[in-house]
Amino acid sequence: MTTELHVVGQSVARSDGVGSVTGRSLFTADRSFPGMLHLKMVRSPVHHALLKGVDLSEAEKVRGFVRALTHADVPHNVYTILGLIGVEPEEEFVLAVDRVRYKGEPIVAILAETEAAAMEAVSKVRLDLEELPAVFDVEEALQPGAPVVTHWGNNTFMFEGHNCRRVRYGDVEQGFAEADHIVEGVYSTSPIEQAPLETTGCIALPEANGRYTVYTNTQALYFSLDNTSIILQVPGNRLHFIGGMVGGGFGGKVDVIVEPLATLGAMKTNRPVRYVYSRSEEMQVSSTRSAWKIRVKDGVTSDGRIIARKVTSYADSGAYSRQTPYALTKHAANAAGPYAIPNVWIDAYCVYTNRTPTSAMRGFGVTMASFAIEVQMDRIAERVGVDPWTIRFLNAYRNGDIKPHRKPAEDATLIETMQAAAVLVGHDLPEAFKAMTSDPRPTQEGGR
Amino acid sequence: MDKVIVTFELAGRDVDVMVSPMTTLQSVLRNQLGHTAVKDGCRQGGCGSCTVLVDGEPMMSCLLPVEDVAGRSVITLEGITPTDGLHPIQQAFLDANGYQCGYCTPGMIVVAKALLDHNPSPSRDEVVDALSGNVCRCTGYLPIIEAIESAVRAAGQQEARA
Repeated sequence: MTTELHVVGQSVARSDGVGSVTGRSLFTADRSFPGMLHLKMVRSPVHHALLKGVDLSEAEKVRGFVRALTHADVPHNVYTILGLIGVEPEEEFVLAVDRVRYKGEPIVAILAETEAAAMEAVSKVRLDLEELPAVFDVEEALQPGAPVVTHWGNNTFMFEGHNCRRVRYGDVEQGFAEADHIVEGVYSTSPIEQAPLETTGCIALPEANGRYTVYTNTQALYFSLDNTSIILQVPGNRLHFIGGMVGGGFGGKVDVIVEPLATLGAMKTNRPVRYVYSRSEEMQVSSTRSAWKIRVKDGVTSDGRIIARKVTSYADSGAYSRQTPYALTKHAANAAGPYAIPNVWIDAYCVYTNRTPTSAMRGFGVTMASFAIEVQMDRIAERVGVDPWTIRFLNAYRNGDIKPHRKPAEDATLIETMQAAAVLVGHDLPEAFKAMTSDPRPTQEGGR
Repeated sequence: MDKVIVTFELAGRDVDVMVSPMTTLQSVLRNQLGHTAVKDGCRQGGCGSCTVLVDGEPMMSCLLPVEDVAGRSVITLEGITPTDGLHPIQQAFLDANGYQCGYCTPGMIVVAKALLDHNPSPSRDEVVDALSGNVCRCTGYLPIIEAIESAVRAAGQQEARA
């Protein structure tokens, strides 16, 4: 008897298709509500400064000004996004108190009747700032005497008592001593803004039953809801978050940024509050992919086997950690690459600087490891005098190989992927590589 | 600042709006007239998501003071969409998966409409050139180009049958 399949193997029309091609699907900022106020943010114009005073007197005179929100209005003003999953410490200020740590850091939220009035009032807030030296490079930030970004006295995030995420496997120094070649490389990447076409935003509405409905384009609805609950100190059951259309995110809409203050504004005014980033805010203050610096040192035998790999990586977290510690953990798990290497040492630092806080973007932590490792593999091939295919087939991991973080490789497909790629580009591989598979190694070879 | 009343034609009917001087056509369409298919990606002419037809020409409504369209014809994606069903270009976008998140889609379709109105059988280079002001950050450009080409083919077949 054959089973009739209705979905598997069939093309199924996307349920949002007609809404997209007609433009009828509503994105967050397409909604409007009677009495809706507009929130615009007073932001730090400098990278690092003491905040000695805020003068709202001229802003309050702007026609349409309704009220301002300062740190004193925020019930739990210091938080960290990953606090939900037990990450400490709380270090990000919803609204600045006495210091700003990056250009664009939120200081005072202005609520006004129209967007234009909110923008005019923002322009009339006077800030008393005493600028401080700023640091923008990860290795400089770790030097003694560097400007300190955090409120605990140094610029490193602590991973369970260590100042970096560490992996130790075998004896890397012994491996270097036995190697025929030492190959070193330094790899740097820039911060990247996800630049979704629709900017980050939300609208918070007070409901008659004492709850708050929040339309948001967050990529992480329950992160947003739970963090709003923590920041505003209200039970989650008073918050009704509604997602839906997201006009591009790519990781840039994972962080909890706009919902807590829009909801607080709705609480303080009992009116709907719209808080939507301008394009320049999206580019300047929304979390980017981190900049990374990655130092790799490999010990290689004359026949091309990598027997030791030492990686020291620095992710530029910016002024607050957001989801970058998670990126470091993923990075450390992947920094040896998809290769079987018997001796591995990885130190991966999450470093605070005065740049825009960084967070999620498409494989964050792992993509940068792959960039560094794969360029390094080509360098090794050149040094040893073999082609780039050979160096990868020789070192490719296989099912059952123990990875440096002590998990066995499962579903390894590097060898098969390279074989398929060779066919696609018309590269004729040696018979030995064509015959290779990711099947577990014979036991006498095991333990590599 | 004193408000002014501006009259223009929206999808074939005259509308009057009261605005502060220099209010953009984009703002009027979205906030006063409910045409939210006109998107709001940058307000600086950089993304094309707010594109509308003014006297049949594609224009970025975020750069146009509404006073500049006084007495002229404006058509948004809402005006292109039939009451029932889809315009052939919309159907082509739907069939060819010429949309991902959907945010650039209205601007892309409006541009495609203007292109095919002026040039019913454009070359691929002409299609690409027409889309040069419109950004798709999901980077789904190829299906968009293919959707427009398939709309051209469908129109050609329609004509051959007639």
